[in-house]
Amino acid sequence: MKQRIASLILFIFGVLTPYSYGIQRFPKPEFETGYVQPQTSMPSARLEFLAYLDVAVLVLALSIVSWMVLKKRSRTGVFWISMFSLAYFGFYREGCVCSIGSIQNVSLAIFDLSYAIPISVLAFFLIPLIYTLFFGRTFCAAVCPFGAMQDLVAFKPQPIGIRLNTILGILPYLYLGLSVLYAATGTDFIICRYDPFVGIFRLNASFGMFVFAGILLASGVFIARPYCRFLCPYGVILNWFSRFSRRHMSITPSNCIQCRLCENSCPYDAIDIPVQSKDPESKQARVKKLILISLIMPLMIVAGAYAGLILHEPLAGIHSKVKLAKQVLNPPKDTKLADTFEMQAFKSSGKPQAQVYQEALLVLNKYKQASMILGGFLGLVFSLLIAGRMLKKYNPDYTPNKGRCFSCGRCMDFCPIKPGS
Amino acid sequence: MQNRRKFIQTAFRGTLLTGVSLLGGFLIFRPVKGQFCGLDFNCERCDKSQSCSLPEAAHFRQTVWQLDPSKCIQCGRCATECVMTLSAVKCTHVYAMCGYCDLCGGYLKPDTKTISTAAENQLCPTNAIKRKFIEEPFFEYEIVEALCIGCGKCVKGCSAFGNGSLQLQVRHDRCVNCNQCSIARNCPAGAFSRVPASQPYLLKGIEQDSSSKPAKS
Ligand code: SF4
Ligand code: SF4
Ligand code: SF4
Ligand code: SF4
Repeated sequence: MKQRIASLILFIFGVLTPYSYGIQRFPKPEFETGYVQPQTSMPSARLEFLAYLDVAVLVLALSIVSWMVLKKRSRTGVFWISMFSLAYFGFYREGCVCSIGSIQNVSLAIFDLSYAIPISVLAFFLIPLIYTLFFGRTFCAAVCPFGAMQDLVAFKPQPIGIRLNTILGILPYLYLGLSVLYAATGTDFIICRYDPFVGIFRLNASFGMFVFAGILLASGVFIARPYCRFLCPYGVILNWFSRFSRRHMSITPSNCIQCRLCENSCPYDAIDIPVQSKDPESKQARVKKLILISLIMPLMIVAGAYAGLILHEPLAGIHSKVKLAKQVLNPPKDTKLADTFEMQAFKSSGKPQAQVYQEALLVLNKYKQASMILGGFLGLVFSLLIAGRMLKKYNPDYTPNKGRCFSCGRCMDFCPIKPGS
Repeated sequence: MQNRRKFIQTAFRGTLLTGVSLLGGFLIFRPVKGQFCGLDFNCERCDKSQSCSLPEAAHFRQTVWQLDPSKCIQCGRCATECVMTLSAVKCTHVYAMCGYCDLCGGYLKPDTKTISTAAENQLCPTNAIKRKFIEEPFFEYEIVEALCIGCGKCVKGCSAFGNGSLQLQVRHDRCVNCNQCSIARNCPAGAFSRVPASQPYLLKGIEQDSSSKPAKS
């Protein structure tokens, strides 16, 4: 009996909620004229196997580019493949899903056990990494549509100096850290949100996105590939994978004769100038430096983690559950302001307030750990950068920096030594 | 010196390669939280492919965005937040639920005095609803998709005064399936979610062809 009354109350409640949904208030009509009810149309989504076709195209493009760069040493070939990638992955596939964005799907899949990552998305994340591990960043050379787009406008590249390069080079780490943080906590996919080029690929962008893309492309005329070098979070991972690559494009087909012709050929400041071992550091000085580094490193990691701990609340502020809890806790005085869509949805869902707070607290707790890890990671990055500056590496020839070089192949044409000679 | 460098490189490369393969394997084979089924061997049409533990189901994990009309409060953001300039979300008419009312809550403004199809009496800002007389006293309402902007005004009217047969849905012929739907991030009601591509629509009044609906308790 009690149960019955309860369900009756529930029923009445359900009818009276303002946004009652799908209630048969009026009976189904009975037609006498033989009218046939039309079917509700439900057009189907893109065919599933096409996603695997994309993966096949990705593998094919990567293989051809790697071959072009390493075996054929042909810049023209690389250029035409990059045009193909721009057309296919950019304008035809409209930029989704891309390897850069797939970082977020992977992070979400690792931390959210109810999210199953589609195999094709996983492939977009992993395959370029594996190719990079063997052949260098050939993905950046001509497969990534973002890279191809920026490469196209790099008319007057200017060197910007090692210092600025290093400082701006920190940005991608920050971006990577934040996007993993926000994806792993299920807050937002910020790489997609602030994706500058997807609006161009889809031929319709919001005004803000359009301005962002315009600024990037305009500055890209002088600072070649600004997104790739100073923002791209996937580039960070590729950079580290490329450092250990099995093979990598070289400027000269045989031996460098130090003619310096290629010195200024790289639009991306990615050529390492020779460091002669004229005054080899004494062992003592080196040991001293190493000790200093090993002291700095843990210090910076701890400092970073502490900063993360302090900042975790503002960082969590953009999570929808935290936002809602804040609104519920202290609504604005002005009733007009207080009546947001979020509040309306909350009221009509009939959720108790306590649950909202509970959920927000859970999110905050997650953020506490996650932002400490993020802070620690950034501390590590800083200290590694400092270490890299302190320890000079001996390097006799002009070589592309394996981490930063996009394997675009421009510098090859500047080398006077021709293959086979 | 050269040799040692080579060795370190190879070691790191090996480590990274192993790491990458472990990550890939883990993400493919780790059990996914969710509902589990009593074995359905037609993975392609199974809406549990997301949480299925069979390896062959992994190939059917493609997802699309779905709008749950029971959560939607028709805030109007579907019309403005989609990356497509004419939103991919549109009103969908479930004829099977419709009362074919003369006084349609989704078609006419609530304060209209006379039932007339004059444009100023219509709820829809783009006149995307076509009204057709069928027989006394029934009228059919059809959504002209090319005109509908997905504002949800008619949906609100229909669920307030009618049968709730007008419902907003992501139309998958228009949706480009963004990695993160930009309406989803702005939806105040949390009505969007990723669902298996085999079950893209969620409409009250239309049976889905799988018996897997979570049991009502
Ligand atoms: S291939 Fe040469 S020009 Fe191109 S990024 Fe690498 S070093 Fe620079
Ligand atoms: S954004 Fe959400 S609440 Fe607003 S109309 Fe769309 S589905 Fe409904
Ligand atoms: S009222 Fe809005 S949602 Fe309904 S048909 Fe018109 S444009 Fe579409
Ligand atoms: S996934 Fe993209 S195209 Fe589809 S409804 Fe969302 S924003 Fe629009």
